[in-house]
Amino acid sequence: MRLDLVPRTVRSPLLDILAPTLAFVAAVLIGGVAVAALGVSPADAFETYFVTPLSEVWSLQEIALKAAPLALVATGLAFCYRANLWNIGAEGQFVVGGLAGGWVGVAAHGAEGFTVWILPAMLIVGTLAGTAYAMIPAILKVRLGVSEILTSLMLVYVAQLLLDYMVRGPLRDPAGYNFPQSVGFDAAARLPYLMEGESLHAGVLVALLAVVLATVVLARTLFGFEVRVVGASPRAARFAGFSDARLTLAVFAISGGAAGLAGISEVAGRIGQLQPEISPGYGFTAIIVAFLGRLSPPGILVAAIVIALTTIGGEGAQIDLRLPLDLTRAFQGLLLGLVLGADVLARYHVRIVPGGPTGRPAT
Amino acid sequence: MRGTSMKLGAAVLCAVLAAGPAHAADKLKVGFVYVGPVADFGYSYQHDLSRKALAEALPDKVETTFLENVPEADSERSIEKLARSGAGLIFTTSFGFMEPTLKVGKKFPKVKFEHATGYKRSDNVATYSARFYEGRYVCGKIAGKLSKSGTVGYIASFPIPEVVSGINAFMLGAQSINPNVRIKIVWVNTWFDPGKEAEAAKALLAQGADILTQHTDSAAPLQEAEKQGKLAFGQSSDQYRFAPKAQLTAITDDWNGYVISEAKAVLDGTWKSHDTWGGIKDGMVVLAPFTNMPDEVKAMAEETKTAIASGTIHPFQGPVTKQDGTIAVKAGENAPDPMILGMNWYVKGIDDKLTQ
Amino acid sequence: MTLDIVQMVLVTVLTAATPLILAAIGELVAERSGVLNLGVEGMMIFGAAVGFAVAMQTGSTLTGALGGAGAGLLLSALFAILTVGLAANQVASGLSLTILGLGLSGLVGANYVGVKRDPAPHLAIPGLTDLPGIGQLVFGQDAFVYVAVALVGAVSVFLWRTRAGLTLRAIGDDHVATHALGLKVRRVRVLSVLFGGACAGLGGAYLSLAYTPFWAPGMTAGRGWIALALVVFASWRPLRVAAGALLFGGATVLQLHAQAAGLGLPGQLLSALPYLATILALVLLSLGQRGGGSLAPAALGRVFTPSR
Repeated sequence: MRLDLVPRTVRSPLLDILAPTLAFVAAVLIGGVAVAALGVSPADAFETYFVTPLSEVWSLQEIALKAAPLALVATGLAFCYRANLWNIGAEGQFVVGGLAGGWVGVAAHGAEGFTVWILPAMLIVGTLAGTAYAMIPAILKVRLGVSEILTSLMLVYVAQLLLDYMVRGPLRDPAGYNFPQSVGFDAAARLPYLMEGESLHAGVLVALLAVVLATVVLARTLFGFEVRVVGASPRAARFAGFSDARLTLAVFAISGGAAGLAGISEVAGRIGQLQPEISPGYGFTAIIVAFLGRLSPPGILVAAIVIALTTIGGEGAQIDLRLPLDLTRAFQGLLLGLVLGADVLARYHVRIVPGGPTGRPAT
Repeated sequence: MRGTSMKLGAAVLCAVLAAGPAHAADKLKVGFVYVGPVADFGYSYQHDLSRKALAEALPDKVETTFLENVPEADSERSIEKLARSGAGLIFTTSFGFMEPTLKVGKKFPKVKFEHATGYKRSDNVATYSARFYEGRYVCGKIAGKLSKSGTVGYIASFPIPEVVSGINAFMLGAQSINPNVRIKIVWVNTWFDPGKEAEAAKALLAQGADILTQHTDSAAPLQEAEKQGKLAFGQSSDQYRFAPKAQLTAITDDWNGYVISEAKAVLDGTWKSHDTWGGIKDGMVVLAPFTNMPDEVKAMAEETKTAIASGTIHPFQGPVTKQDGTIAVKAGENAPDPMILGMNWYVKGIDDKLTQ
Repeated sequence: MTLDIVQMVLVTVLTAATPLILAAIGELVAERSGVLNLGVEGMMIFGAAVGFAVAMQTGSTLTGALGGAGAGLLLSALFAILTVGLAANQVASGLSLTILGLGLSGLVGANYVGVKRDPAPHLAIPGLTDLPGIGQLVFGQDAFVYVAVALVGAVSVFLWRTRAGLTLRAIGDDHVATHALGLKVRRVRVLSVLFGGACAGLGGAYLSLAYTPFWAPGMTAGRGWIALALVVFASWRPLRVAAGALLFGGATVLQLHAQAAGLGLPGQLLSALPYLATILALVLLSLGQRGGGSLAPAALGRVFTPSR
């Protein structure tokens, strides 16, 4: 008796949406059991995690603020992952983008007169820096066949240490009692706020724009087609003349640029200065978001919101229900695992075949 | 007549009863934000002790809550969440929370904030810290007396002024006993990582240090010292039970008194934003009982402690010479507070170079 | 530098390498059978937490170690179901298990932060352990170190000197052909993944039971990822895994020694050295391979969906 997976010839769109939804429900149910084991009422937990954050304007803003960098980075990652290129270094590209763009902000501190150029310059520099940083694993892969998983990951640690060094040294605020942080950016170097309350900043719009752009590129352009084909069938792609190397460089460039842009958006929007830590792990969480969203930008947007919602719900649960933050993390890992499993149902018919050990059906 | 007085009595009773639950709802909600886990038995643990002390001291007037493991990059939301959930007084206990605290403070002008180890204040944001360097000086003197190899090992976290001034004070204390004492410093770039701290301890011991001290929070270096038959100082919290044969003393942070008095001030309506930098004298820096040392060293340590508390001696009393030879503090003077707060140079006698 | 100091430094290098060897050897077997398990970090840290918890409850390091290995095995079983059973994407599945493992480790370990237990006992053979210069290094270590060394040898023998090992390697090279030959591709892969998970869990348990007698959240600090890199760096050969582990474990520890010795380089640069060294090593390895293709098992990471 064994499990057989037969690829479906026709994908059912209903199943495509049902599968991740079922996975979500399953994850919530398992989470409920875990919560009960910790001595908390599952109904209370559900409300705190999923309902309460949606009920206040402030927390809705916070969800948007958290979902934006996730969606932006994950959208970039989707390009890489669809082409079966595993960029695990988005966190490093995020940091490098924030650092480079932030450098411009620090350098422009105190500038007077024509300051309109500062913010766009920061954003562009941040994006390009992220791209350049992502080129390292890309070129190593293209020229030498080095595993991009490992190189991009190692570079994350290097990027974090570089930021640490810069913030404690060359970029340190001279008036800051030698504490590790840069001078606070001028107003001209900050992303404008979208509403009262000085929280929701334009970075959210940038992320939304990126998602829309990515959807269009993937669906309507030749390049997007290339990306989709290369992942689905490398042989077909080669027959069609799509160059492996060029594609690799291109998708890493996009991915690194998106992460870099997210990094500088966070620095210029939320934080307003450079400090040793500018990311609570967005680059890694974005990997979950990318897969949860099935590597499609609209799906990624939904997934980013779900992850942001559960993270913020988890913080509320820590205060109100004394549930540890690790529970949220475990839940997110579980959710991803279940979505991946459910994805199989959408892609294959699962058949249980009775038969002998050699697998031949007992007909 | 009786009917009226009964109705009056009933009305009064009702008023009193009605006032009862309303009074209970007026408890001051006090929130605490920690950068690490409460169970680190170090820095965050001591802050949580102060929270517990507050809850015990004013059980009818105060209700406490806390958030732990809050990363500095993401802290604004957590602080704001506490403010939104009705907290009237919030303690943010790590330097990296400084800007987020100020930002949330602006949004919630009626809420009072207390930021530990920072330097920026506003109308509703106060700062507080402890003069850890005073404790370091005492430890330095002990180390100077007890080190047989003449080399001490220092496990440091990050090169911020608080840590640097601690190193300098320790060195000055040691030099006052043994002018040729050597110090080896290892930066582990973390406040709490037992694995890395243990590795650093092993490296220092292998390089000849026979007394260890640390500005990190776990008991791993103490443990390592005990394993190798050496001595060490604990940090933030009395870690004696982790290394009963190795701990000489520990510099513990005692925030209890401060937290309670600030909460009382809020309840009284007398709270004002101010800066508090307390030392041994104010009971904010407490040295754990002196153990594993001969009686005359113990006596010397007690004496030094008392002298610092009374102001007779100051860890940074002149002359203090910088590593590059210039005089930082002239003879007969003490280093002013701003110099200690922003210290980014080593004293003469330390071989390592501080990254600028 | 006296002989004693040299030995002390070598001991720190050996102990730093041990968790890497344990995790990497397990992953090597899994990858040799064609499965890329990126969940090593999660399995290691879950093993560290469970190992500590079990050891605290039972008072025995041995049961703690078994508990840690069991924890890693459990997580890798989930991974096997996803990737071998359901042919899900291996990269994503591995990552989901890393995150799950991190979260679960925090939950299990929550009550044990800051608690201390006695560190794992060290070998002490009278006469041998006291030998100057090498006594401590060779005869004075704890059981984990010896198990790690033994595993390197055992895996080497298994993969190249036994029939089962040959089968496993063949499956890793071509799962289509081996399946056609009637070999049990999925069963072998599941078993090798389970072995890999158990080793990762054991490596994690080493950290919390012997390396330090503490549990701290996140204590693996990326060692699982370094172990993954090690397998590639070692071209999927066990002895090279051991050599690489000593190199990389050494790099992490030696930067602390360098600081203690007064080398004046910025701390961040020294901390970055192990990671830069890993990249350099991978590049050199690839350069040394020009024209010969990759040494990786050819079917590594490919999805296997037999329809018959």
